[in-house]
Amino acid sequence: MPQQSVIAVENLTRRFGDTVAVDDLSLNVDQGEILGYLGHNGAGKTTTVRLLNGVLAPHHGTISVLGLDPLHDGVALRRRTGVLTETPSLDERLSARENLTLYAEMYCVPGSQVRERVQTLLETFELADRAHERVGGYSRGMKQRLAIARALIHEPELLFLDEPTSGLDPVATRQMQDLIRDFVGRGERTVFLCTHNLTEAQRLCDRVCVLERGRLVAMGAPRELAEAFAAPLRLDLEVSPGHLNLAHETLARMPGIESIELVESEAVLTITVTGREAIPALNAALVQAGAAVYRLVPHEPTLEDVYFRLHQDQPGVAEQRQRMVEA
Amino acid sequence: MNWRAMRAIIRRDLLGVSRSKGVLLPIIIVPLVIMVLIPLGVGLLMPILSDVPGFDMGDMDLFIAQMPEAMLAELEGLDDMQTLIVAFLVYFFAPMYLILPLMVASVIAADSFAGEKERKTLEALVYTPTTDLELFAGKLLSAWLPAGAVAIIGFVAYALSTNIGAWGTMGRVFFPNLMWIVLVLWVAPAAAGLGLSSMVLVSARANTFQEAYQIGGVVVLPIVMLMVGQAMGVVYFGAGLVAALGAVLWIIDALLIWLGVRTFQRSEIIARL
Repeated sequence: MPQQSVIAVENLTRRFGDTVAVDDLSLNVDQGEILGYLGHNGAGKTTTVRLLNGVLAPHHGTISVLGLDPLHDGVALRRRTGVLTETPSLDERLSARENLTLYAEMYCVPGSQVRERVQTLLETFELADRAHERVGGYSRGMKQRLAIARALIHEPELLFLDEPTSGLDPVATRQMQDLIRDFVGRGERTVFLCTHNLTEAQRLCDRVCVLERGRLVAMGAPRELAEAFAAPLRLDLEVSPGHLNLAHETLARMPGIESIELVESEAVLTITVTGREAIPALNAALVQAGAAVYRLVPHEPTLEDVYFRLHQDQPGVAEQRQRMVEA
Repeated sequence: MNWRAMRAIIRRDLLGVSRSKGVLLPIIIVPLVIMVLIPLGVGLLMPILSDVPGFDMGDMDLFIAQMPEAMLAELEGLDDMQTLIVAFLVYFFAPMYLILPLMVASVIAADSFAGEKERKTLEALVYTPTTDLELFAGKLLSAWLPAGAVAIIGFVAYALSTNIGAWGTMGRVFFPNLMWIVLVLWVAPAAAGLGLSSMVLVSARANTFQEAYQIGGVVVLPIVMLMVGQAMGVVYFGAGLVAALGAVLWIIDALLIWLGVRTFQRSEIIARL
């Protein structure tokens, strides 16, 4: 069954004075997808979320979210979307229960369901024990959990998360990531995840978009991007300590090797090769030369490698990312 | 209009106000002083103090002497002390009462608009499925309704304090008169509207509750001018003048609220966050 497009954006532009916050952005997000939206501070992530929810008007381009035009059907659209803002934006003078109940009213949750839904969320997010306390006394993690509970109070079809794990400890971060996965569930709901956290994006997202100064510079599955942008490949080679020189000399004579570096403290050679296809020949040459190979480990390219490469403006990257975006 | 969402916005703002000492204290202390302590003190102490040698009531004699005929007619048959008490508590004090709805509306509006910016809670509200007008009206009512309530409660408290405090001198219920009924039902809500609508405009520029409240405080000046005008015998708070004053305030309110609606647009608000 073809997947339904939940967000469709064409040539979207938004300026603030002379600054172009979002520059000619075009993208599609499918139902059931977790889309990672990556970029530095000020890259245009938050502005995009505001445009997609109809709280900010674009200067150019077209937007369709859940089949609606955010600018003209903003109220109807916001009934179906949930937004976790970058700062939790909670009423700290109110309790968690009051925060959720009042927002349930604002989101027109049926009156008969409000109490039960609030209680369920408080329990799901482990806030039930302190539900009557003022939010001002909560820890950062608790506030973040409450903010995401509030974003879910009306059971949205599309969830926008702006830096959901920022400032959380590792345990809370993992809990939040599990919650995001649970939310998508059987593929009926969609997540638009703005994040700096590349490990998180790699772990959670079906596809990622990389944004630079408001422009989309790359888009694709994390693995695809890693393979497309992260070459050359780095390998760690550990041999018997007496065979380090032998291994070095053997490798130096081989084609396809870009650099060899000795990490003396670990008796390991770090090798840079042009691609994965060089690995079998390299291993065979070392064995043939009589080197006792203990370990030969490729560093799988990560989204982080892609991200930094994209932001370094290396030769060939511009053309490569243009091809990716067009594809 | 999404009344349910508006009710939630009002409840949310009022719950917040009820838990903020900085907002709540002036709302309690000022009415207590103006509406209870002063009238009780005047009613109870004026007859005692008037016997003290050298006691001076300042400009009250001039105030009474220059009263319009219609007002003087209401004072006919009263002795000097009764005249003094009625002139002070019924007429001289009337402009002071307007400070109550004005101040309460200003404080709550400053908390609701500028305070929300300061607490960084506006963004979540902007993403709710409400129109700009519903959001604005909800916030406006969250300041206007309690100001109206405080004005009515303050009036009842003032009526009780005045009659009880001055019972020894007057020997009967003398308060309120028609002018006060007009003041409470027609002018006080308009004064509350003036306080909050001017605060909406101030809050668009101010970033903190204190900043908004300090700048918005100048809205009390017309009331102070009215009090000075009365003391100098330039204006007198009769029923007709009070009705006209109310009409002027409602017109100013309408203008300021119209400007407020134009200013309060989520796209503008969020662009400044």
